[in-house]
Amino acid sequence: MEYFLELFLGGLTRGSIYALIALGYTMVYGIIQLINFAHGEIYMIGAFTALIFASVFSILGWPVAAIFIIATLAAVVYSSAYGYTIEKIAYKPLRNAPRLSPLISAIGMSLFLQNYVLLAQTSDFLPFPQLIPDFEFMEPISHIFSSAELAIVSTTIIVMLLLTFFIKFTNMGKAMRATAQDKTMALLIGINVDRVISVTFIIGSALAALGGVLIANHIGQVNFYIGFIAGIKAFTAAVLGGIGSIPGAVLGALILGWTESFATGYISSDYEDVFAFALLVLILIFRPAGLLGRSETKKV
Amino acid sequence: MSYMIKSLKVAIWFMFLTFPIIVIKVNTIENLVMWRWKNMFYMGVGVFFVSMLWRYLLERKERAGKSDVQDKKTITQTVMENPKILRIVVFSLLAILCIFPFVTDAYQINILTVALMYVVLGLGLNIVVGLAGLLDLGFVAFYAVGAYTYALLNHYFGLSFWLLLPVGGLMGAVFGVLLGFPVLRLRGDYLAIVTLGFGEIIRLVLENWNDFSMGPSGIANIDRPSFFGIDFSLEQSTIFIYFLMVLFTLFTIFFVNRLQNSRIGRAWLALREDEIACQAMGVGRTRTKLMAFALGATWAGLMGVVFAAKTTFINPASFTFLESAIILSVVVLGGMGSIPGVILGALIMILLPEYLRAFSEYRMLVFGGAMVVMMVFRPQGLVSNFRRKYSFHAEDERFGQ
Repeated sequence: MEYFLELFLGGLTRGSIYALIALGYTMVYGIIQLINFAHGEIYMIGAFTALIFASVFSILGWPVAAIFIIATLAAVVYSSAYGYTIEKIAYKPLRNAPRLSPLISAIGMSLFLQNYVLLAQTSDFLPFPQLIPDFEFMEPISHIFSSAELAIVSTTIIVMLLLTFFIKFTNMGKAMRATAQDKTMALLIGINVDRVISVTFIIGSALAALGGVLIANHIGQVNFYIGFIAGIKAFTAAVLGGIGSIPGAVLGALILGWTESFATGYISSDYEDVFAFALLVLILIFRPAGLLGRSETKKV
Repeated sequence: MSYMIKSLKVAIWFMFLTFPIIVIKVNTIENLVMWRWKNMFYMGVGVFFVSMLWRYLLERKERAGKSDVQDKKTITQTVMENPKILRIVVFSLLAILCIFPFVTDAYQINILTVALMYVVLGLGLNIVVGLAGLLDLGFVAFYAVGAYTYALLNHYFGLSFWLLLPVGGLMGAVFGVLLGFPVLRLRGDYLAIVTLGFGEIIRLVLENWNDFSMGPSGIANIDRPSFFGIDFSLEQSTIFIYFLMVLFTLFTIFFVNRLQNSRIGRAWLALREDEIACQAMGVGRTRTKLMAFALGATWAGLMGVVFAAKTTFINPASFTFLESAIILSVVVLGGMGSIPGVILGALIMILLPEYLRAFSEYRMLVFGGAMVVMMVFRPQGLVSNFRRKYSFHAEDERFGQ
């Protein structure tokens, strides 16, 4: 029973991380129908930025709490800036191009960013300092569910609530929903579509950066290649829940997290990534619209 | 002047953007921080000029879009359409290829062999991506299937290269259909992701299924190809594989060229342009797509066998997503759907980094960037594909009435 609970909580943690990254995918896809392949790299850059700032300030001898806040803020700011810039360079000029073009451009961007970090930093795994101290918060569970994991899960819940509020009730959120439905129509009624798209990229990137900081802190190391796998898994989560749907992304992420956790726990840990990919292939074959997605009617 | 100011702003933005990654380098083990302010300066200056060029090119592209579509013939088009010149070009290229191994050393031959392998792989992927318009990001899986087919059967049963070459191709085709069949309904982005997942599954299985594929340590001592039982020295063998690849390349070019103008080739083009119209005209979607997958995968399988025979050692690390991305950029940079384009793309991708050693570290960075730039400014690639056009001229008009 305890093993089961451990796997369950492990899956919850994984799922929360995937959810943070998947939200970026799903929002971008919802608005411009583009799979942002470089999204995983934004997450990686967030983790790297956090590592760099954390190291600099820990050498200066600042307290851990301050370092944590600074590193998180820096990661969020820089990742958002990267997301914004990437959209301007690689996707905006291609808005009216055939669909294959932005996809290839996105893959190119992803390769570029990976190698940019590889060349400027290193190809080694860098240890990430522990920013969230271990403390006992609830006696029986604490030793299988650390404070870092608690931070991950609670951050995801808070972010989810804020995002739902933002999209439901603010003007920008309304504009985003309108743009997602019909770009031309949104333009006609005076919505600045370019700005909406930029904001979408910024929010998605900021969430990915949060995920980057939290998971780097949880796992304890960072590498230029972490974005690739995380990106695919988050994408799987987004597709599983129905790409374009925000609650769907979270649901998909949790299902993926539990699938992985239980499969590695009860079947074999060698094939950890295979389960995610197999799940992805299966969903796309049997239910391409995802669990909560509407099946798309083709416009002719 | 406004150009300059805008570019200056962009440069400052990029200096801010790249600041943590390129300026600060931390050593978390010894608690050292390196500040590389020089990089920031280079970045600023570089981005300033790149931004000016970017703006200029964008503007030019917009102007070209507005003016009438000019029907200028490119050099390649002139060459391709004139059989006399084409023949001269082809024969001189062939002559160079034939003399090449006898005037250079083994290292050069090896590089050219690898480049030719990428030409063939590129042409194979070109069938799927360029002609049929199906973005396949797991192409390397079929390459791996071919390589492991040869390596395993050779290792356990001692079967020869020539027997296993068609088997490798066949295995590639089988896996192509296996993947193609379930994903027929998917297009564009979804297809790209599924093929990517498929490629990764194959690699992960090869890496973890120790009893079958010997896991990450790979398979060593694979036989080199023999030629009617003659024992080759290492150098002779290198030259032999080189000529094998030359023949292979010629065969592939011939085959793909014929394929392009065949019924099935036209069906692919039609499918790429409009799937629904294509079905309405009676072109079977299932068969056509499966054909594209199977044929593309066959070439990858064949090349996998050659790769295993050439290196005599394979392990899963040779079949990562990066490899798929390299083959894809060969096709994209050269020009999707264009045979001379793919050849040029492969030569640029493989030969340039070999000869410009200083540049090889930046290879993937440059090619990633090039993929973006290409899509923005020249989506048709370096050598664009052209189709035969039929048009009425003034003097023909009476036939049209």
